[in-house]
Amino acid sequence: MIKRSFFKSSYLPYLLILPQLIITLTFFYWPALQGLIQSFHLSDPFGMQSRFVWFYNYIELFTDPLYLRSIFITFTFSLMVATVSIFLGLFIATMASRALKAKALVRTMLIWPYAVAPAISGIMWLFLLHPSYGVVALGIKRWLGVEWNPVLNGADAMVMITMAAAWKQISYNFVFFLAGMQAIPKSLIEAAAIDGASPFRRFWTITFPLLSPTFFFLSVMNIIYSFFETFGVIHTVTQGGPGGSTNILVYKVYQDGFVGLNLGSSSAQSVVLMTLIILITFLQFRFVEKKVQYTG
Amino acid sequence: MVEKTPLLDIFTYVFLMVGIFIVGFPILYSLIAATLPLDVVSQVPMPLIPGDQFFVNMHQAWTRGDLGNQILNSIVMASGITVGKIAISMIGAFSIVYFDYRFRAVAFASVFCTLMLPVEVRILPTYEIAANVLGPLQPVWDFLHIDGLLSWISGHDVEVLLNWSLLDSYQGLILPLVASATCTFLFRQFFLTVPEELCEAAKMDGASPMTFFRKILFPLSKTNIAALVVIEFVYGYNQYLWPLLITTNPKMTTAVIGLQNLIPQADDLPEWNVALGAAVLVMLPPVLVVLFMQRWFVKGLIEKEK
Repeated sequence: MIKRSFFKSSYLPYLLILPQLIITLTFFYWPALQGLIQSFHLSDPFGMQSRFVWFYNYIELFTDPLYLRSIFITFTFSLMVATVSIFLGLFIATMASRALKAKALVRTMLIWPYAVAPAISGIMWLFLLHPSYGVVALGIKRWLGVEWNPVLNGADAMVMITMAAAWKQISYNFVFFLAGMQAIPKSLIEAAAIDGASPFRRFWTITFPLLSPTFFFLSVMNIIYSFFETFGVIHTVTQGGPGGSTNILVYKVYQDGFVGLNLGSSSAQSVVLMTLIILITFLQFRFVEKKVQYTG
Repeated sequence: MVEKTPLLDIFTYVFLMVGIFIVGFPILYSLIAATLPLDVVSQVPMPLIPGDQFFVNMHQAWTRGDLGNQILNSIVMASGITVGKIAISMIGAFSIVYFDYRFRAVAFASVFCTLMLPVEVRILPTYEIAANVLGPLQPVWDFLHIDGLLSWISGHDVEVLLNWSLLDSYQGLILPLVASATCTFLFRQFFLTVPEELCEAAKMDGASPMTFFRKILFPLSKTNIAALVVIEFVYGYNQYLWPLLITTNPKMTTAVIGLQNLIPQADDLPEWNVALGAAVLVMLPPVLVVLFMQRWFVKGLIEKEK
C-alpha cells in the first residue's frame, strides 16, 4: 500500500531505507543463512574442519530421545504458562472493569510486573519456592501435604518455572483483556440486562465471545513468550535441571551450541525453532486479517 | 454499572484485592527480605515484619555485584536499542509509505520477513557475525586480490585480514537487537492513517520530502514514539540471552545477568537478603519508566497488536 500522494526522488528513498536494510542483512539474513548452511554440516568443536552431511544433523535430532523430550517439555511448559497467565489476567481484568471507581489505581497496581525481567521474576520465585527457605514451599508442604523439592524433583521444578514465567505475564494479558472489555459497546450489555440476563450470564454470552479475538492473540503471544523469552528464567532458576526436566528448546540450543560446542546440531535446532515461529507468526497474520472483518 | 448488585460488588473488590496481592506478593516479600539480617531471612517461615538492615544489604549488593556499573550498562544498552530502533524504523517506514520507487515492494518484504523472529533462534551465527562483522567481506576482498595489488604497490608481501569485533562492546550489545521490523511495521501502519491532504498541502507549498518529515510527520508521531520508547526500553533492559553470549568481561555485563552471581548456591551462606535487595534495585529503572509513562505504554501495547 502506498499513499496516493507521494514524493519522487531518485536517491532519497534508498538512502532512508538503507540503515534498516544494512542492519537486517548483517544481523538477520546473513546469520540465518549461515545457520541454515551450518545445519547441513558436521564440524569439529574448534571449527577447523567441516563437511557436508545432508540431513544427518536433523535425523540425529529427531531420533534423539533427549531432543524429543525437550520438545515435549517446551510444549507442556508453554501451555501451562499460557493457561495460567491468560486466565488469571482475564479474571483480574473482569474484576477491574467492574470496579469502576478504582480503575486507574487498580491498573497502576497491576501493570508494573510487565517491566520486570523474566530472570528477576525467576529469582524471586526461586526464593518463594525454595525447598529450605521458601514460604510458598512451606505452605505447599504443610497444607497440601505434598513432598516439595524443585531442586531434586523434575515435576516440581517445572511448576516452579511455570509460576515464575506466568507471574510476569499476567499483567500483559490483563492490559489486553481490560482494553478488549472497554471496547465492547455499553448498549449491548445494557440491552441484555434489560432482558433480564444476570451479570454472569452477560459475561458468558456477550463479553466472553466478543473477547475471543483477544484470546487468540494472547495465546499466540504467550506461547511465543514462553518459547523464547523465558530463557532468563531457566538460566537463573534451574539451568535446565534437574536431570534435563526443564530443558526447553531455546535453552538446549544454547547448551549444545555454546557449552557443548556441537555446532551442527545447535544450528539444526535453531532452524527447527525458526520454522516453528514462522508457523506461529503466519497463523497470527491469517487471524489478524479475519479479525479486521470481524470488527467490521 | 447497569444494575445494583451490592453482593457482587463486594465480591469484585475482595477478589481484586486478592489479585493485586498475588501479583504484588513476590515483590513485597522480596522487599521485606531485603531489610532483614542474614539469620532472620533464613528462618522458615521468614517473618513479615521489615528489619533495619536495608541499607547494609543494599551496600553489600552494590559493592559485591558491581551493580552501579552494570545498571549503567543496562541503561546504555536499553537506550541504544530504543533510539536505534525508532530512528531506523521511522525513516524506513517513511521511505516505504511516501515514495514510489522500483524496489519499494522488495524493501518492504525483506524488512517485513524479519518480523517477530527473535535473536534467540539464530544465536550461534549471529554471535559469529558479532565476533567479526567484516567476516562476510573477506571472500570479496580475497576475490578482488586487493592483497596482491597492495603488495605490488608497496613492494612488500601484504596480507590483510578484515576484523572488527563487537564482543564486549556497547555496539555489540545494541546493534544485533536493533534489527527487528516491529517498529517499522508500526510506523507504516500509522503513516498510512495520516490524511493525504497534509502531504498534498506540503507539496503545494514546495516543501521537500525531508521538510515534510521534520515539520509534519515527526510531530504527528510523537505519541507513537513515546509509546515505543517505553516498550523498547523495557525490552532492551530485560534482554538476557544476547548479553550473556556477547559479554565475557564482567565490566561489560548487564545488571539482569550480573544478578545470577548473587543467588546463593548450595554451599554458600544463604544471603537471600542481599540477592533479593539487588533484584529489586535492578528492576527499578524499567518499572519506573512503565509507571510514569503508563498512558503511552498501554496505548503502544494495544497498538502493537495490530
